[in-house]
Amino acid sequence: MVIECKHVWAHISGYLDATLPPDVLEQVQKHLEHCEICSAILDSTRNILILTADERVFELPLGFSERLHARLQEEIRGLEPERRE
Amino acid sequence: MAGSTEVRDEAQMIAKILAGDSQLFHELIRPYERRVYAMALSFLHNEADAEDAAQEAFLKAFRNLSSFRGEAKFGTWLVSITLNEARSRIRRRDSIKMESLDEPPDDQGYTSPALLRDWKEIPSEALERKEIRLLLQSAITALPLIYREVFQLRDIEQLSVNEAAAALGISIAAVKVRLHRARMMLQKKLAPELKQVAPKRRWWAWS
Repeated sequence: MVIECKHVWAHISGYLDATLPPDVLEQVQKHLEHCEICSAILDSTRNILILTADERVFELPLGFSERLHARLQEEIRGLEPERRE
Repeated sequence: MAGSTEVRDEAQMIAKILAGDSQLFHELIRPYERRVYAMALSFLHNEADAEDAAQEAFLKAFRNLSSFRGEAKFGTWLVSITLNEARSRIRRRDSIKMESLDEPPDDQGYTSPALLRDWKEIPSEALERKEIRLLLQSAITALPLIYREVFQLRDIEQLSVNEAAAALGISIAAVKVRLHRARMMLQKKLAPELKQVAPKRRWWAWS
């Protein structure tokens, strides 16, 4: 069965997560083999997900850790967590 | 640094903390600092608010540690505390200008991707460039909240679909639908931008 580009776009996320049912997966794969536009959409999406997941995207501000642990230290001094039985 | 996390026994650390060794809490949270901050930042959009929310989330985790059941991973539990903290701040802050936590009305609205003929892989080294990091940051933070939070939990924090659904209190189907839309929105926005800033030449100008 031949599917259109629009249908492939609806399955890009499932394709990347490898959660497509086998019959849909086969249709999508067949389509990708000959459609350079859908292939480029898939490649760019995958690439963008790799980049956005990189921890460098959101950097910790300078001194973040020191300020956090200082605040925690104040808290720890003042209050112990409730103890479990 | 990476190797040290493998031998961490967090359940044991938590038991010790609850038994009175509170100082160990500093060690327990060290691997999660960036994650919690990044989450807070993607929700709150500014560094000062994000830092404050991240600190608050860690304090809440400390205060409520005895209610941690150990069914989920500590990291997942921390993520849900952070999420709650960020959401309640958004509600407070935006109670005037409103950022809805509900599905936008154009729910069945279809996000079409950016059409490209080819895609040249952008290597991770490109992230050394601040310009590229800012592009990504602003694209993520510009997502409507319901998409941003799913994207953050699934694709950045790498939570499973089930964990994300539980943390957000939505169905698994909704996680999948929203994640798909979030990814398509990012592709639509970022693919053309990245194509433009990624140089065709072979050398990179970051050195």
